[in-house]
Amino acid sequence: MILYSLTFYLFSSVAVLSALMVISAKNPVHSVLFLILSFVNASGLFVLLGAEFLAMILVVVYVGAVAVLFLFVVMMLDINFVKLREGFLQYLPFGALLGIVLVIELGILFLTDRSSNIYNNQTPLQPIVSEVENTKMIGQILYTEYFYLFQICGIILLVAMIGSITLTLRDKGGVKRQNIDSQNTVDASTAIEKKKVKIGEGI
Amino acid sequence: MTYDILITGLIIIAQILAVVVPVLISVAFLVYAERKVLALIQLRRGPNIVGPFGILQSFADALKLITKENIIPTGSNKIVFILAPIITMVLSLAGWAVIPFAPGWVVSDINVGIMYLFAVSSLGVYGIIMAGWASNSQYPFLGALRSAAQMVSYEVSIGFVIITVLLCVGSLNLSKIVLAQQTVWFAIPLLPMFIIFFISALAETNRLPFDLPEDESTLVAGFFTEYSSASFVLFFLGEYASMILMSSMTVILFLGGWLPPFDVYPLNVVPGVIWFTVKVIFILFLFIWVRGTFPRYRYDQLMRLGWKVFLPFSLFWVVATSGFLVYFDMLPN
Repeated sequence: MILYSLTFYLFSSVAVLSALMVISAKNPVHSVLFLILSFVNASGLFVLLGAEFLAMILVVVYVGAVAVLFLFVVMMLDINFVKLREGFLQYLPFGALLGIVLVIELGILFLTDRSSNIYNNQTPLQPIVSEVENTKMIGQILYTEYFYLFQICGIILLVAMIGSITLTLRDKGGVKRQNIDSQNTVDASTAIEKKKVKIGEGI
Repeated sequence: MTYDILITGLIIIAQILAVVVPVLISVAFLVYAERKVLALIQLRRGPNIVGPFGILQSFADALKLITKENIIPTGSNKIVFILAPIITMVLSLAGWAVIPFAPGWVVSDINVGIMYLFAVSSLGVYGIIMAGWASNSQYPFLGALRSAAQMVSYEVSIGFVIITVLLCVGSLNLSKIVLAQQTVWFAIPLLPMFIIFFISALAETNRLPFDLPEDESTLVAGFFTEYSSASFVLFFLGEYASMILMSSMTVILFLGGWLPPFDVYPLNVVPGVIWFTVKVIFILFLFIWVRGTFPRYRYDQLMRLGWKVFLPFSLFWVVATSGFLVYFDMLPN
């Protein structure tokens, strides 16, 4: 149990510290790297909660794919750091408001009577040990009870995907593309074209 | 109480060492084997001076590289520059935690073993991107950009291949994946997926013919152009360790892990770990053979292969496999 709490405090403190560094680091690339560290620690917390499938999905989806592209964009853009800092005080009240709302919500959650809710006196911060793997449990709930919501999520993602493709797809003229079939069908008679060029003129 | 923790800790460390040390030694011999096999393909002799048949060549090389001066470029981002090779090395070793070498021979037999392997191999791109960015130089940066796009593209088809295998197994646990192949290795019913997985593994480990991130004829040495001595050694070891890791993943998913080819008398007496090693060596030989035989792909061809050939085909195969399993009522519970 000591090991359990030690690892919990390790993961959570690193997660909070790296989240702080995300907003305070001067270099945006460092910010993204700290964001990745924060994701990885969050997935460590999921493992401690016994939700190993969610932990791995978090790493595969957010760290392995989303953050890579994010890092890509931040590296390619030439961002003016001084200008970015200028708006800091301007946005401070709004950010503080959001933070206060979040703290109040969390406080309400902690202060409410927990025996009345669906957890039935179970302390939420403990892994629920059961015979069935939680991958299977997620599947059983997701594809039965929340089936329509799951389908809607899929359609939303599809719409977003098509939208981003139509935004970036441009049919520019004059782009030379490789056509493998036409290359393969070339033979000696079609590879060379003979032309008689008159002296003093071009083709 | 405290002694218990101490003893558990010591056992865990001993288990980790029992996996990591053989992996590092096999990396050294893999480098030697690669040079020797390439030499045979190209009708040369290969390393033959250090030790009998040149067998100690890689140890001599490692010693030479480590004792050299470690140069950190002035314009580089020093912390990220030093962190990048360390991350590459650590990630290529971290995956070994879930690999079952024989029944019960596994450091951590977790329920989501295959997801863990997939996650660790998808993190591998960070070492390369960080190296390319922190070097503050054109060639490494170009190499890093190429690698980021390449690894993200091929991960998609690797994911679908893994899903196909999981459909036939019904579990994400690596030991259960191996045990599900007792009747027939998945390489036989899922042969096209096996080929796609092998080719994607080549792209994922940046091996020839897909080694565009370090393409020496256009990018000097790609993402590790600026690296020298020990940090270069870490990249080098990391590449080969992840090569062995991907080969083990191929063996577990498609070639029946530690299982013998037929469950008959002389074959099933041989310990599982030997079957596992033999199969991994076979896949590694394929990696080297491909390197010695094929020319490097052009970058647009690489992207076309990943997105326009492998992705639709593996997606189709996922649907076909699940349809087949449902129709003949063969789905694992």
